[in-house]
Amino acid sequence: MKRTGITLYDLYAQRLLPLLALLGLVLVWEVLCRLFNVPEYVLPAPSVIFEAFLNVDGQRWFDHLWATLRVALLGFALAVSISIPMAIMMVRSAFLARTLLPFLIIVQSTPIVAVAPLIIVILGAGEAPRTVIACLISFFPIVVATTSGLLSTPKEMLELSNSLKASPARQIWQVRLPYAVPHIFSGLKVAITLAIIGAVIAEFVAAEQGLGYFVQFSTSYFRIPQAFAALFFLSMVSLLLFKAVQLVQQTFFSWSLPADEEH
Amino acid sequence: MRAAVEFLHVSHSYQARRKPPVQALKDISLQIAQHEFVAVVGPSGCGKSTLLRLLSGLTNPTLGEIYRFGKQVTQPDSGVGIVFQKPTLLPWLNAEENVLFPLRHQGKLIGQRDRRRARELLHTVGLEDFLHSRPDDLSGGMQQRVGIARALLLDPEILIMDEPFSALDALSREQMGFELLRIWGERPKTVLFITHSISEAVLLADRVLVMSQRPATIVDDIHIELPRPRTPSTIDLPGFNSYTQRIRRHIFGHGESAKAVPDITTEASQTPTAPHSIVRHAS
Repeated sequence: MKRTGITLYDLYAQRLLPLLALLGLVLVWEVLCRLFNVPEYVLPAPSVIFEAFLNVDGQRWFDHLWATLRVALLGFALAVSISIPMAIMMVRSAFLARTLLPFLIIVQSTPIVAVAPLIIVILGAGEAPRTVIACLISFFPIVVATTSGLLSTPKEMLELSNSLKASPARQIWQVRLPYAVPHIFSGLKVAITLAIIGAVIAEFVAAEQGLGYFVQFSTSYFRIPQAFAALFFLSMVSLLLFKAVQLVQQTFFSWSLPADEEH
Repeated sequence: MRAAVEFLHVSHSYQARRKPPVQALKDISLQIAQHEFVAVVGPSGCGKSTLLRLLSGLTNPTLGEIYRFGKQVTQPDSGVGIVFQKPTLLPWLNAEENVLFPLRHQGKLIGQRDRRRARELLHTVGLEDFLHSRPDDLSGGMQQRVGIARALLLDPEILIMDEPFSALDALSREQMGFELLRIWGERPKTVLFITHSISEAVLLADRVLVMSQRPATIVDDIHIELPRPRTPSTIDLPGFNSYTQRIRRHIFGHGESAKAVPDITTEASQTPTAPHSIVRHAS
């Protein structure tokens, strides 16, 4: 199905309605806080949070934001560059799959929050350990998604490829990997939000900058509205990164989207 | 003249994981002459597709030998073009690129001549206006036409078609059959056409091989002496019905038990559970 044009109703239903709902929620929140005189350290009203946001210097916000974003993106990039080749190798070799899978599951099932302090002790207190933590938490979904994607190639397509006597590398590159693209993107969407979580966890353990650090710093000084402002920033960043992955898929791999999502 | 295809006492068993081996084919011997159009009919699951795999060299037979133009088949080569049941086009490539895919997949560089050839083939299958359409924008019949053009790209001597029209609706199916005959007339090939529609087999082929239940043997080899070119009115010729009835008798047996009744009556049914539904339907 191709989009023929946006009608007013579409605009209302797709864009305006969620916005109105959000505004309504904020309004109810504000009214409830004022009505029941909820103390600021329990739940600050939106207006108070906004005030706290303005009280922090713009440059400072930017520095925190950039610190978290850099760690998350680096960790994510590292995860992508490890997990996709790993998935390819696991699909190519049953032996490797049997050997690697237990390790992957152990890494995945160990709570990253518990491992984070150890990694920081081992790797020191720089940006490297934070990147590693962001990578560790986000690479598993990509491996799983890529593997199942590579295995989703139709049997006939593989037979065609075999009948042409294509090399294994070409079969992966021209047939299996493109077939895996929709799966890979579902993995990437999960992974990018996990990368932000990883970065924040790492900042909780050891950092002197970043939005996670700033949340912890603010709460330890009972600046709850400021912590809320930082939290709001964090969820915005997560959301935008998720959207960015979606945009990459729509722009470069539009064929991999279901027909009604193609816009 | 040397036969284009020759099977000499070919038997084939395969083994699925943790299951006892299944004998698909039992002592099959056959010869196909060059440019002959041979249809294979038989109950579903009887090993028709195994024939495809063996002749294309994707699998080697457990017993016996297979020759193409006197050369023993041990591995795939570009002398065979395959059209699958589903069009199996690559969704990220347009029609022209899909037709060119075999060359690209063999690591060859695509030149102007190859592109011209791909366009010619798409013209032959009637898709000259859809060179740049992606499979998603094409109907099932059009996708299968691209599949046929792709199978012809490397100019194979032998074209194997594995129930190529069974995913299409009845109208497109009939139309595609005649289209195929027209293409076959323009570019003569030796065709092995696997189907489970009796009338389709009789309507299209020079010869119909009837296969039995597993382990499959060839129970009849019928030369269809209906005049060419075949048209929709070929069905009305008196000979047509006697051919289909002869085949039907082989497949439904002579008063055998209901268990042996395959799903040959319903041409559209694909599912492995179909035999049960037919039995229920019949009783």
